[in-house]
Amino acid sequence: MPGLEDLYREIILDHYKNPRNRGELPEPAISVEGHNPLCGDEITLYLDVADDVVRDVKVSGQGCSISQSSASMMTQAVIGRSVTEVRAVIRRFKSMMAIEEDGLEATDAEISLGDLEALQGVVKFPVRIKCATLSWNTLIQALDEAG
Amino acid sequence: MTPSAVASPDWQRIRSDFPVLRREIDGRPIVYLDSANTSQKPESVIDAMASFMREGYAPINRSAYRLAAAATDAYEGARSKVARFINAARPEEVVFTRNATEALNMVAQSWGRKNLRPGDAVVLSHMEHHANIVPWQMLVDQIGIELRFIPLTDDGLLDLDGLSALLDGARVLSVTAMSNVLGTINPVERLVAAGRAADCMVMIDACQSVPHGITDVQAWGADFVAFSGHKMLGPSGIGVLWGSSEQLELLPPFLGGGNMIDDVRLDGFTCAPVPAKFEAGTPAIVEAVGLGAAVDYLESVGMANIRRHEMGLTRYAIDSLRARYGDDVVIHGTDNVELRGGVLSIAFRDIHPHDLSQVLDESNVCVRAGHHCAKPLMRLLGANATVRASLYLYNDRSDVDALVEGLDGASDIFGL
Ligand SMILES: Cc1ncc(COP(=O)(O)O)c(C=O)c1O
Repeated sequence: MPGLEDLYREIILDHYKNPRNRGELPEPAISVEGHNPLCGDEITLYLDVADDVVRDVKVSGQGCSISQSSASMMTQAVIGRSVTEVRAVIRRFKSMMAIEEDGLEATDAEISLGDLEALQGVVKFPVRIKCATLSWNTLIQALDEAG
Repeated sequence: MTPSAVASPDWQRIRSDFPVLRREIDGRPIVYLDSANTSQKPESVIDAMASFMREGYAPINRSAYRLAAAATDAYEGARSKVARFINAARPEEVVFTRNATEALNMVAQSWGRKNLRPGDAVVLSHMEHHANIVPWQMLVDQIGIELRFIPLTDDGLLDLDGLSALLDGARVLSVTAMSNVLGTINPVERLVAAGRAADCMVMIDACQSVPHGITDVQAWGADFVAFSGHKMLGPSGIGVLWGSSEQLELLPPFLGGGNMIDDVRLDGFTCAPVPAKFEAGTPAIVEAVGLGAAVDYLESVGMANIRRHEMGLTRYAIDSLRARYGDDVVIHGTDNVELRGGVLSIAFRDIHPHDLSQVLDESNVCVRAGHHCAKPLMRLLGANATVRASLYLYNDRSDVDALVEGLDGASDIFGL
């Protein structure tokens, strides 16, 4: 069995205890709720997009260390990037989570995930993948709504 | 009469009857504390099912050859065992379903659609499992009924002060005998009497209570009682709807098909007698045999003994958690083990239940983390999720000790 140290890496615990970009954004930012039906976690993601750039993201709600740290690191990874780049980051993250999706592009592999690489260990604990991807799926929904 | 149980069972031997509990993962024993979810199976249940498949398997109720007749006897024998186990007046009052969920849906749909009109009220409680909420909510959409909920007291008991007002004008009372989150054991006879007095149809969700204590459906006096085989040492895939003969005669069939008919013509059908009327299609034959063996096993230990064993362990668990962690641990529900079963939903030092159960799994402690299919109750408790440790006859103090010890490991990781 993989050890817990693969899961609860220092960076993850740091983002869990000190989450970045927590909170809400006023309208006209888009807000979308995300649920993990397995464990009952609920988050709300706020997205401010203008001129095809993700200007700000905030996340509120509750969740386990994996879902909360993933959300925190995600906000850092996407703020300031173009929507196209953000979609590529999402694809790259999902492929790290062993989630097969259409549309993975050859250049995605070159994208650096930075701190998010610490979540790699989650793959060894398949039930936790849903925790790690909760905020990401919510972000996809928000981007889709933003058009 | 029931086979006599021993005065004081050998719990160590009982534990060794369960092959999964003899297994080790990473060289350490499994600490199974998730029986409110589903229970482990004793050797005798596994053997009964395997030898039936090896030597006795055949269709039931359909064929004239001896092998089929013997299989029918085995299936009906299981029905008789279950009937005796819950003190049903006759075996025909026991309907085999897939699980408690199907039994509850069967009554909501078949009884509800026949008897309920727009505006009629159905009374449930705030501690119900989704299986006793959603089927009724479906009738809100389909018929336009109204739902009312019995509130809870601060220590997780049903607050029955306003019960007669809630029941006033209601048509149905459907309540759990024991909470799968709080462990609370509800006063079924009192609830049934109140429902009767208000002319309600009364159903009891006995999914959590039947595996852990004596059940006497005649003393309860409800119209319907639902429970699952897999929580009472039997296999998954079989459950029970008990109904009074009177109600089952009046109840329209739920599923149509083979086995449930008396005659079929191009312009219609007539139903087989109860209980076949409610067992459309080829039933869970092997699982019924397994459930019969589970009942035999439970009776050989004695339900009163099991209840006493679990009360003692529940007391020990509450006391151990409190002694070690004081206010850092919250145990939902009442402290009085006379009023609760061995289901402990806990919150620990702000550590998320998912993380707690992950760390506990490191020492092979199996607990459930989540909302336990009771989201309205979870909202009332102000928690999205809890860790739930639940006890059964095969657990002992060492399992509780492993739980208490394991929590400390979580504290270390999260630095709390
Ligand atoms: C109180 C209660 N009712 C109903 C159910 C549903 O049982 P099943 O999933 O076996 O249909 C459960 C199972 O968790 C339960 O605890």
